[in-house]
Amino acid sequence: MRAFSYERVETPTAAAAAAAARPDAKFIAGGTNLLDLMKLQIETPAHLIDVNGLKLDRIEPTDDGGLRIGALVRNTALAADERVRRDYGVLSRALLAGASGQLRNRATTAGNLLQRTRCPYFYDTAQPCNKRQPGSGCSAIGGFSRQLAVIGSSEACIATHPSDMAVAMRALDAKVETVKPDGATREIPISDFHRLPGDTPHIETVLQAGELITAVTLPKPAGGKHIYRKVRDRASYAFALVSVAAVIQRDGSGRIALGGVAHKPWRREAAETELPRGAKATVGALLEGAKPTHDNAFKLNLVERTLGAVLVEARG
Amino acid sequence: MPTPENLNLNRRALMVAAGACATLPVMSAGAARAQPAPIGESVKSGVTFTVNGEARSLDLDTRTTLLDALREHLHLTGTKKGCDHGQCGACTVIVDGQRINSCLTLAIMHPSADVTTIEGLGTPERLHPMQAAFVKHDGFQCGYCTPGQICSSVAMLDEIKAGIPSHVSSDLTRVPQLTEAEIRERMSGNICRCGAYSNIVEAVTEVGGRQG
Repeated sequence: MRAFSYERVETPTAAAAAAAARPDAKFIAGGTNLLDLMKLQIETPAHLIDVNGLKLDRIEPTDDGGLRIGALVRNTALAADERVRRDYGVLSRALLAGASGQLRNRATTAGNLLQRTRCPYFYDTAQPCNKRQPGSGCSAIGGFSRQLAVIGSSEACIATHPSDMAVAMRALDAKVETVKPDGATREIPISDFHRLPGDTPHIETVLQAGELITAVTLPKPAGGKHIYRKVRDRASYAFALVSVAAVIQRDGSGRIALGGVAHKPWRREAAETELPRGAKATVGALLEGAKPTHDNAFKLNLVERTLGAVLVEARG
Repeated sequence: MPTPENLNLNRRALMVAAGACATLPVMSAGAARAQPAPIGESVKSGVTFTVNGEARSLDLDTRTTLLDALREHLHLTGTKKGCDHGQCGACTVIVDGQRINSCLTLAIMHPSADVTTIEGLGTPERLHPMQAAFVKHDGFQCGYCTPGQICSSVAMLDEIKAGIPSHVSSDLTRVPQLTEAEIRERMSGNICRCGAYSNIVEAVTEVGGRQG
């Protein structure tokens, strides 16, 4: 690990200002992803800004009947929150399907959104990777790509976003609240928060220099049946091959987001009009234009079957 | 020929010696890299926390993980370093009542924290019930993952008591039960390369049942 200086900050604006003043700085909260990457020298910040003292660890009702989840709420606390379990079950289920008990106790809401891909070539510093070293090339294309993206990828990158939580939040139409170094705040719909790789796969979100996530808000409960179904190589403690976050209403309408298939949680609202016609029609629209590799073309079938199982469960 | 005294090498000393041998080829491979990146000046920072009921103050390189602080600075070598990347769970300790991977957190991030390691749960003379159950049910073979398994399972039972659901809980709104499926899912962050899982489940079930 490279040496770094370290500071604690008292307010979100101070944190953002401190980060803007030092382009070589990173925020640290749970640290479960960042320290892993620092040990491998994939992340090499010269300065860490510890945001754990910012008191952003509460879950509160919003004026419009939703919930505001503080950026520092740990994954365990969010999954176990009574209101989340009752009204946003897909979010609890997604969180509990991810990582291990130890990691969920430390990992934060904002950190989960910002975690980096687990593409094996991003992790292998001996190989070119446009995300790790812009312009160096993509080793995954033509390489071992079984886990990687089937849609929304580019000539520069076929990595996936690894989060389960973010997939559920996409199905729930969450919004990301931030503060900028000058104290200005903004609200970013989660659909716009993560970027597709394009020519700049190293830029993963629309956050600007120093901008700090302060909360994630959920709209008022949508009702319906909440299901998160994750398919992976082990029964526990593994990243998704594919996952489906679903909120399905009694009349068969609903919302669907996918994990494990793209550089961001994958949702196409237009495809959801196909839901009453079943999984095949829905996935046809949802994954139209997919460009899988030889190794991961199986994901197209797997998504269809997983959604099929979700729709059966929703009727039950 | 080794004399009986030479054979009196304890297990830890043997591991240290073996570790030093195993490290050599890795170091020379690193030194052969064309242009090692500049490492930068190390930065020190102070931290005070409580470990197993005792206040400890340390002046540490900022890079020091909680795991390395415990093992290398406080010489509490019960907590093990397995993968050092949060994948195996051997480094699990209990911080402010919650189990965490001590390899994936910096020691300086825990001012005033209350840290419990395997040494703080019990002693050879007065075993913690979970330690006694692991012995009784033979919940280990080589023993390397055991301190992490025990710290993890003790805190895991508290999570069930607190009503925290898991991936295998059938109903999110009901109180989770202490079933074998629940234990296996909740302990999936602790890998046992010897495969003592079935005996670990028996040990945890016995202690969890007694508590409940």
